[in-house]
Amino acid sequence: MTLMSYLGAIGAAQREAMEADPRVVIIGEDVEANVYGTTGAGKSRKDKGDFLELFGANRIRNTPISEEVIVGAAAGAAMTGLRPIVDLSYSSFLYMAMDQFVNQVAKNRYMFGGQASMPVVFRSAMFYGLNTGAHHSDRPYPMFMNVPGLKIVVPSNPYDAKGLLRTAVDSDDPVLTFEACMLWGTKGEVPEEEYRIPFGQARTAREGDDVTVVAISSAVPEALAAAESLAGEGLSVEVIDPRTLVPFDAEAVIRSVQRTGRLVVADPAHRTCSAAAEISAIVAEEAFESLRAPIVRVATPDTQIPFSPALEKQLYPNRDSIAEAIRRVTGTRAGSTSEAARLASPAPHL
Amino acid sequence: MDLSAETLLEMQRRMLRIRRFDERASLMVKRGHIPGTVHTSIGQEAQVVGACMALGDGDYMSGNHRSHGHPIGKGSPLGPLMAELVGKATGVCGGKGGSLHLADFAVGSLGESGIVGSSIPIATGAGLSSKVLGNGRVSLAFFGDGAANQGCLYEAMNLAGVWDLPVVFLCENNQYALSTPAHTVTSGVIAERAAGFGIPGVRVEDGQDVLAVYEAAAAAVDRARRGEGPTLVEVITYRFNEHSEGLRLGTDYRDKDEKAAWLERDPIVLFRQRLIADGTATAEQLDELEAAVLREVDEAVEFTDRSPYPDPSVAFKDLYTEPIGVLS
Ligand SMILES: Cc1ncc(C[n+]2csc(CCOP(=O)(O)OP(=O)(O)O)c2C)c(N)n1
Repeated sequence: MTLMSYLGAIGAAQREAMEADPRVVIIGEDVEANVYGTTGAGKSRKDKGDFLELFGANRIRNTPISEEVIVGAAAGAAMTGLRPIVDLSYSSFLYMAMDQFVNQVAKNRYMFGGQASMPVVFRSAMFYGLNTGAHHSDRPYPMFMNVPGLKIVVPSNPYDAKGLLRTAVDSDDPVLTFEACMLWGTKGEVPEEEYRIPFGQARTAREGDDVTVVAISSAVPEALAAAESLAGEGLSVEVIDPRTLVPFDAEAVIRSVQRTGRLVVADPAHRTCSAAAEISAIVAEEAFESLRAPIVRVATPDTQIPFSPALEKQLYPNRDSIAEAIRRVTGTRAGSTSEAARLASPAPHL
Repeated sequence: MDLSAETLLEMQRRMLRIRRFDERASLMVKRGHIPGTVHTSIGQEAQVVGACMALGDGDYMSGNHRSHGHPIGKGSPLGPLMAELVGKATGVCGGKGGSLHLADFAVGSLGESGIVGSSIPIATGAGLSSKVLGNGRVSLAFFGDGAANQGCLYEAMNLAGVWDLPVVFLCENNQYALSTPAHTVTSGVIAERAAGFGIPGVRVEDGQDVLAVYEAAAAAVDRARRGEGPTLVEVITYRFNEHSEGLRLGTDYRDKDEKAAWLERDPIVLFRQRLIADGTATAEQLDELEAAVLREVDEAVEFTDRSPYPDPSVAFKDLYTEPIGVLS
């Protein structure tokens, strides 16, 4: 075990994957100089461990700023023998390549009756909460959950970031990993040896009996903080991190709700058609009789992301809004609701 | 160009396979035997076959909605293609692709695409594979003059140019995108656009001459195989049928005289005359070739008729390499 940052864990997974298989290549904007810190041990090219020096220019390739062809070419390469890891930097840039994601990456294997496999990983970082404004702050994973054929990964800690990325590279299906920049600096114990975390297996981040909180990405540490503070008030909160949204570990969530009888879903995506909406629907369909209170979603209100810290800070699920939702489903306190918390999780009568 | 009689006859054979297959498919659409629609390459066979014959067996290609010609030109057996158009289980994609999304990996066909321009990056990526793996394969992207105005072509040419990828961008300029004349929506000359990327752009003015197309495509393929990077080849040709079979456009967007003049330049007739004139084959030999191709098409239809439809459960197969847990 070694203490590693979330970002360092991604770099470690990439390095292991590159060493293990010569078909793994990394392409993306600015990957050669390691500006984002995932293609080398340090930021300096001279540092030992620089990917360009280790693996050569054939396998570490800077691309032009051409997201459509980056994604499409990676798909074509995956269909013909490579296992590309594509660094798309910011998640908001995925829209540039929507045709390739939706019409090629997700559909080719299916349309061609299984003739093609699509072993490609697309990494992108969600820069929300960092005052980068509306063009860099998106959390678009629910849009891609709506596209059959893709696998969606949302690591919330360094251990998961490494283990899930190794599984992603092994996968013969296309995987999109959404990394939260807010978590990049988070440190955690990570094994130095190789390990993989299977897709579709949720992690119970904290056990509890009164309410189940399913939290996604940066909402996981916030949900844990909320659980911790509510423990002092005598509430026992279970926190589940699904880790992958496609495939989704519905069983783990249903089992938990069957025990606790209550569900809060904390999801940094926009509320409408969020991952939280889907998870809520699954629980309503499969475990309605276990519910002792209405499901509450804590999501980002359906507004664009403003620049000013004074405006942005309130929007995403945080320990306060999650705690507020937990109080509501457990009936422990009505509480005074902030405007953002009200928009994010309107009471049933609103 | 010094081509063997065998190669020349193979060109004629492949053009005939496309022509007779597409004619039959067109009839089957009209009779309701093929659901949906098909886009034929009738009139454009020289352009398709000239390009495909320039490729080797291991080479890749991607294509568009005008779809059957490409895999046939590359040597696909006809039965599974026809079965796919009808939606049978024995179809080359098991009935999940249909005309717009044919693929036959056995002959390097990485897939046709219903989205105009969308398959160009796929061929570019196959070029990246070849380069990284060093396997010497070339890949060719077929697309129309309409697709030439999609931005992804320019992203792809730039990427292939800067990485010296073994890719041939082949523009099938049949002068119309559905009803829209190319010159009304295309600024400048398509082939000249390559210059902006520092790669060769060549225009084959007579796309009805299979040898002219072959020569230009072979030069581009050779260049790619030598590691010198991509080429844009624009071929001027004409489609004899409507944009798609069964489509009845109310307006006459093509000039009658223009169309008549092009119908005079049927690539299969022209090549037949040439083969006879230069003594490569006799009229009888060529008649025999035609009869053999017709039999092949008949057999493809019989194969299709004999084939079952896919089991409904197949709709849920092949999305992922292994089924992922989805609650029903
Ligand atoms: C992205 C996209 N836009 C529009 C269409 C509808 N459409 C199908 S074929 C076609 C014309 C294509 O023209 P061209 O690329 O020149 O190919 P051709 O049909 O002439 O062979 C159009 C507009 C489509 N399929 N995809």
